[in-house]
Amino acid sequence: MDNIDLKKNLKKNNYKRKIFSVLTNNSVPILFVILCIIGVYYSGLSVKYVTDEVVTRIGRNLLLVLALIIPVIAGMGLNFAIVIGAMAGQIGIIIVKILDIGGIGGFLLAVLFATPFAILFGYWTGKILNKTKGREMITSMILGFFAMGLWQLVFLNFIGNIIPVKNPEIILSRGFGLKNALDLKFIQYSLDRAISIKIMGINIPVVTLIVVALFAIATKYIVKTKLGQDFRALGQNLHIAKVAGINTDKKRIIAMIISIVMAAWGQIIFLQNIGTLNTYASHEQVGMFAIAAILIGGATVTKATIGEALVGVILFHTLFIVSPQAGNNMFGDAQIGEFFRVFIAYGVIGISLVLHAMQKHSSKK
Amino acid sequence: MRGMWRRLIDKYGYPKVSITILLIILISVASCQKGQSVPSLLVDSLIRIGMNGILVLAMVPSIVSGTGLNFGLSLGILTGLLAGCMSIEFNLRGGTAFFAAVLISIPLSAVVGYLYGWLLNRVKGDEMTVGTYLGFSLVSLMSIFWLILPFKSPEMVWAIKGRGLRTTISLTDRYAKVLDNFLSFKFFGNKIPTGTLLFFCFFCFLMWLFLRTKTGVAMTAAGDNPRFAEASGINVNKQRMIGTVICTILGGIGILVYAQSFGFLQLYQAPLMMPFAAIAAILIGGASAKNAKISHVISGVILFQALLTISLPVFNKMIPEGANLSEIVRIIVSNGVILYALTKVGGDECNG
Repeated sequence: MDNIDLKKNLKKNNYKRKIFSVLTNNSVPILFVILCIIGVYYSGLSVKYVTDEVVTRIGRNLLLVLALIIPVIAGMGLNFAIVIGAMAGQIGIIIVKILDIGGIGGFLLAVLFATPFAILFGYWTGKILNKTKGREMITSMILGFFAMGLWQLVFLNFIGNIIPVKNPEIILSRGFGLKNALDLKFIQYSLDRAISIKIMGINIPVVTLIVVALFAIATKYIVKTKLGQDFRALGQNLHIAKVAGINTDKKRIIAMIISIVMAAWGQIIFLQNIGTLNTYASHEQVGMFAIAAILIGGATVTKATIGEALVGVILFHTLFIVSPQAGNNMFGDAQIGEFFRVFIAYGVIGISLVLHAMQKHSSKK
Repeated sequence: MRGMWRRLIDKYGYPKVSITILLIILISVASCQKGQSVPSLLVDSLIRIGMNGILVLAMVPSIVSGTGLNFGLSLGILTGLLAGCMSIEFNLRGGTAFFAAVLISIPLSAVVGYLYGWLLNRVKGDEMTVGTYLGFSLVSLMSIFWLILPFKSPEMVWAIKGRGLRTTISLTDRYAKVLDNFLSFKFFGNKIPTGTLLFFCFFCFLMWLFLRTKTGVAMTAAGDNPRFAEASGINVNKQRMIGTVICTILGGIGILVYAQSFGFLQLYQAPLMMPFAAIAAILIGGASAKNAKISHVISGVILFQALLTISLPVFNKMIPEGANLSEIVRIIVSNGVILYALTKVGGDECNG
């Protein structure tokens, strides 16, 4: 009798411990689930509306977030340089806009044009990051800012001038420089609504979701191949990987190229959903939002999975949708909600960088 | 020729040499342009130099004590802005208002700097990344606080809502130009901001003295070679803490000097990228992530601010329709210089 009781107790304890460990291991996503529930409740928005928005945003943003996974595995930290990938994607879109090819054909052509740029940019980024080992994150961030300067130089001053483009629809009236906003109606929803179904009133962009899922599977597959094993070896210890005969610099460049190319395609998917290109602003927040999303999903600087990317996108964007309304209803000021979501994005990145650095520091001792 | 170039680069580094050449070209172009007054361009540069000087000087203790380029300078900027608002709330005017703001900012910055230093001692090796995002997140957190802090002065809060501070607060009736106007005289019809420049020189002198005191020497040693310093009985963490606190305090004073010269307090997202400008300036002056001198501060702030000030009218004349060129130059130069410095720190082959 006693024995059975003891066993029962033990089992119970085991359960408790299991639940406890699940809770502590996933404390960040759980915290954000709670925040989201509070936000949805106070925003007064209908669950249907929020779900509809979230589904759209999964299609729109997930590929950009997936682009972060491989550099993390290869030990290069969170790749703030996906901004540069987004720029490559936008170059593809701008070329298609100039050629004025609409529909799914235009979309695919944009992907085609963007890819060589993305590969080139990825190669350069990888080269620079190889010179700044151990400081990849700050370098990729500054590199992103630097690239934004070059972007303005090229598309505000060179295009129409040095680069001969004469299309009054996109060029400013002074004769050169792209307009602030380019209308992308000609390719809008070309992927999202290729096949579109409604389930309980919620629009589902079937093809986009399938494409993104394919990329998720591809990422998973890459990680399992020999290349992926090398990435993991790099991530575990660069020094040992080098001694083991892996060409670390080359592998790091490959990881960077994969990430930047995925980001370029991700940005094209993003823009075909949005329908306008803010020539000088669309790429600015790409890195920050993607990184905040994956961290909210429970990833860290050294570990990231596809599941975390998905959960992160759902949570981060739920918060994004509801926070202005919730801020308005809770504090009587929508601006507080706006600032709060910016703070969440920066804060979550800040905290996870601090935690990672602390861990690294204490393990060094 | 090539040998001389090599020697120049070795002595001053690429950023300083190339920016100097760019500046010389700009000034000679300006002197050829019709309707461009070079003296007034130079005086404008002087104003900007005085405005930004102390913010750049703030980088010295941080670099010297071994915490590297302080991307978290925005923390000090925030406390400075808070002190600036408090001084208006207390209804002070003129020089009193400015110095009251400075005095209020010092303890505030010291506390914030202490906490920041505590954190930096726990994230050794990652100070720059952590500092950047800590700065970003606190600037956005403070944005919420600017909206809800109980300031009452009608000069500062939104007129319609009756609460929440404005995005820019005019200092015209308060302490705008109090330093600029001190002892100022005319030069080719342009007012020289003598007071601000003297104030900057005074702080440079104080910093120069401080680096020669016992604490200053210990701090330099701690930053130079932490292991060796630890072995010779210096408490490295304490020295890093002192460096961070001084840096934050200077950040607070620096933004007040900036605001009095500019004539406005800029709240909300304005401080977000300010540390980057200060860092770019000191790097152009020849500092690195490990080594900085007062001379780097002075030459850096002169070169960088003169470049920014002079490039705007010169480009506007050269390419009248050219959009945003000087802003683009600012982005490319400042981030390019920081990137260059990052590649020069020398890669440690550890994981990160």
